[in-house]
Amino acid sequence: MRDFQVLGARAPRLDAPAKSTGQAKYADDLTMPGMLYGAILQSPIAHGKILNIDASKARKLKGVRAVVTAREAGLVKYGVSPARYDETLYCHEKVRYVGDEIAAVAAVDLETALEAVELIKVDYEELPAVLDMFEAMKEGAPQLHDEFPGNVTAEVHQEFGETEPLMAQCDLVVDHTFLSKRQDGAFIEPHSCLAVFDLQGKLTLHTSTQVPHYVMRTVAMVLRIPVGDVRVVKPYVGGGFGPKSEATPLEMSACLLSKVTGKPVKMNYTREQVFLHSRARHQFYAEMSLGVKKDGTLVALKNKAVLDGGAYTSFGIATVYYSGSLLGGPYRLQAMKYDGWRAYTNKPACGAQRGHGGVAHRACFEQLLDKAADQLGIDPVEMRLKNVMVAGQTTINELDMSSLGMKECIEAVRNGSDWKNKKGKLPRGKGIGSACGFFVSGAGYPIYRSDTYHSTVVIKVAEDGGTVTVLTGSAEIGQGSDTMLAMIAAETLGIPLECVRVFSGDTEYSVDLGAYSSRQTLMTGHAAKEAAENVRRQIAEVLSVHMGRDVDDITFRNGNVLFRGGPGNFEKLRQGYIKEHRGWTDPPGGDYFTFREAARLAFLEKGTLVGTGKYKPPRLGGAYKGAAVGTSPAYGCSAQVVEVSVDLETGQVSVDNMTDAHDCGLAINLTSVEGQMQGSLSMGLGECLFEEVKFDSRGRIINASLGEYKIPTALDMPNVKSIVVESNEPNGPYGAKEVGEGAIMPTIPAILNAIYDATGVRINELPVTAERLYMAMKENQKKP
Amino acid sequence: MKTLIQLTVNGELVEAAVDANRTLVQFLREDLELTGTKHGCGLGDCGACTVLLDGKPVNSCLVLAVQANGRSVLTIEGLAENGKLHPIQQAFVDKGAIQCGFCTPGMILSAKALLDTNTKPTEIEIRTAISGNLCRCTGYQKIVQAIQTAAEEMTAKEGS
Repeated sequence: MRDFQVLGARAPRLDAPAKSTGQAKYADDLTMPGMLYGAILQSPIAHGKILNIDASKARKLKGVRAVVTAREAGLVKYGVSPARYDETLYCHEKVRYVGDEIAAVAAVDLETALEAVELIKVDYEELPAVLDMFEAMKEGAPQLHDEFPGNVTAEVHQEFGETEPLMAQCDLVVDHTFLSKRQDGAFIEPHSCLAVFDLQGKLTLHTSTQVPHYVMRTVAMVLRIPVGDVRVVKPYVGGGFGPKSEATPLEMSACLLSKVTGKPVKMNYTREQVFLHSRARHQFYAEMSLGVKKDGTLVALKNKAVLDGGAYTSFGIATVYYSGSLLGGPYRLQAMKYDGWRAYTNKPACGAQRGHGGVAHRACFEQLLDKAADQLGIDPVEMRLKNVMVAGQTTINELDMSSLGMKECIEAVRNGSDWKNKKGKLPRGKGIGSACGFFVSGAGYPIYRSDTYHSTVVIKVAEDGGTVTVLTGSAEIGQGSDTMLAMIAAETLGIPLECVRVFSGDTEYSVDLGAYSSRQTLMTGHAAKEAAENVRRQIAEVLSVHMGRDVDDITFRNGNVLFRGGPGNFEKLRQGYIKEHRGWTDPPGGDYFTFREAARLAFLEKGTLVGTGKYKPPRLGGAYKGAAVGTSPAYGCSAQVVEVSVDLETGQVSVDNMTDAHDCGLAINLTSVEGQMQGSLSMGLGECLFEEVKFDSRGRIINASLGEYKIPTALDMPNVKSIVVESNEPNGPYGAKEVGEGAIMPTIPAILNAIYDATGVRINELPVTAERLYMAMKENQKKP
Repeated sequence: MKTLIQLTVNGELVEAAVDANRTLVQFLREDLELTGTKHGCGLGDCGACTVLLDGKPVNSCLVLAVQANGRSVLTIEGLAENGKLHPIQQAFVDKGAIQCGFCTPGMILSAKALLDTNTKPTEIEIRTAISGNLCRCTGYQKIVQAIQTAAEEMTAKEGS
């Protein structure tokens, strides 16, 4: 029976007052005396050899303090995965996309820096560019990287079970292809950073990032400075969603320019540069066959993927693995075959974005499932219920579903949407659709191979015992992790939430891999819990001596100390506290000895009370190649029902209702859980209906603005019925697991299945613009 | 060549000499150090830089500082009084309408402009009023709820 004093509530976020008043500082709000401004020269062509770089005019411009190119920066290769370090800070022989970085300038103001960038003369020998992923993999295509012939960054071939023989035994095999489009992160805060070297030669980088730890390591490696001399501080961050999960040329340029000039250097990406830097969602092509039995039992899946990766690898290896591994659940399968390729093209590099690697393939699969249900005459919701896995089962690719409220989520959206009275009963032009999905609660392994802890946390108690401070390198990027950690610390220590302060996002505080793969609640949460338990034990031990009670008799709740559940005889200790703390204006009172008094007692005995906690997952997953990608200590899951209206004259789709259920284990903060669910749906709706980064024939983005690249506005999003389904995750702190990404998985296919219900047309390409749906409906009418 | 301008910012008279091409958002953020106004795109697309100019919401990246001469500007810093949050701010805090917070200042000011002229807005009126303020985190639902709550709160207060 759960009996929490802090968890499971609706806590206002710790940072909300600062954010609501404009006091919260983001990277671009920071300034320093003598600060210089940096700007980057980017390639205007998609593919070419660099013949010469002449920066002499730029260097002579009044107000310019430094110009750096590959010559000054060196040629250290970096990237996300050590298996594919294919980037250098600045291009030296070749440029590979419009936007590839060539040089950077620091000047007394931004205008001068931009003027200097214009004065750098680069001679290119333009090379043929390849902008299409299928063309890129053909014989004779322009080659981007000598080390990776054929333009293939990574390919995956996996098979679990005997796919072909099982397919042959199926009663029905359905096929579908699906093409998604490159998405942009479209966080409202463009990347921004401020780098400064102190007089001891130590670097501090303030930056808008999801991953201070990885940025620290990459900056140290590329600039060849000891990692201990690099401190990365994350101020408030205006959204990340994945694309801020790696070190950027912006950050490294600011650091290098600060090193060269001895001055603080501020750098920002413009909105256009955010699109050019990208590292957002890939374009995916999926080709699938699903074999089923007459009774609706899913049997075997064949899945093929081609990803357009852009010019560099970024997260791409993980991405192409995820497109296969994340179809292992949440349904039982007897066999699954996956072949995936990620192609290099002369476009900005793609990386991770909410639902990393899984979203497009989930969209294809869930449509396929509906297609099968349709042909078998089975209700698609019932067909899903028939096949879902339950807690304790392991997927065919060896992912352990230690908790899984998938069935409960489906039932919740079925009932919550009035599915039974709507499915098959809506007029033409109105449709209802459903889908499911799941996601990791933190990647099972760090990006670089290592035995490192994924999270450590330090908890300190103030000398008077009244305030507890959580120190963590984890990254609050808007998702609410600071509040989550404060709640876990408060719960564990048995003190009110108001007594906890959180300092986060600083590599000096602790080791934490950061905010990606929906990992912080489970992993940083574990470390925070352990640190708090450590502090609690220290206090209890001191108290047990003073009270002459067994340490196990002592518990803490709501800021009070209980001895075997009762107040105990503490008067002498209280008198001692008041006497010792003479002159203090708030003497303790009440019927119970307080945490504050107890912690003070411990301080007097031991000095500053500090507890540490740590977490890394156990060895997870199978032994096959690529088994690491998709592993996690726990999986969150989601089901959705969406209702749409389609204008049959124009093809215009509007989403009328969305019902969403998510299993996040224990919902630590209900308000934040709902916020993650609703935000996920909004991003999924945008990708489904509007979003597409478009290029001209020369590789230039033609809609690199938030006016031309459309994300959902308040008028595009319906109200979502958000249903929080709780399970008890054995591997999560207090039973908690992810909510940040799993909720985006069902959104696109649920909309597409609803569109099919409304129109009889199955869409196989995103985004579903009015034009695309209109043409598809017209095509469909021609069919006999 | 600088131009002398005189305007009211958050109730206080400000005089400054500004370049003719200085935008209001630059003037507020860099010259007055009022960094609560956010810079998200510089093109008037995202609404993060929304401030109230004579009570009307404007994208301060599309307004020149000289255009604010003789007028009154309200930024997010001018909303709370004596350290007490404005009812809209309080509702944003209470209802979970804030995630990353980057759209929040502009969003709150657009909401204020609405509630100043329409004390009982419908949901669609609220959604229309904030449709120029993009938010990538929340899906807008809790923002709409917060504005509804603030409207009720403010009406109740006036009635009392």
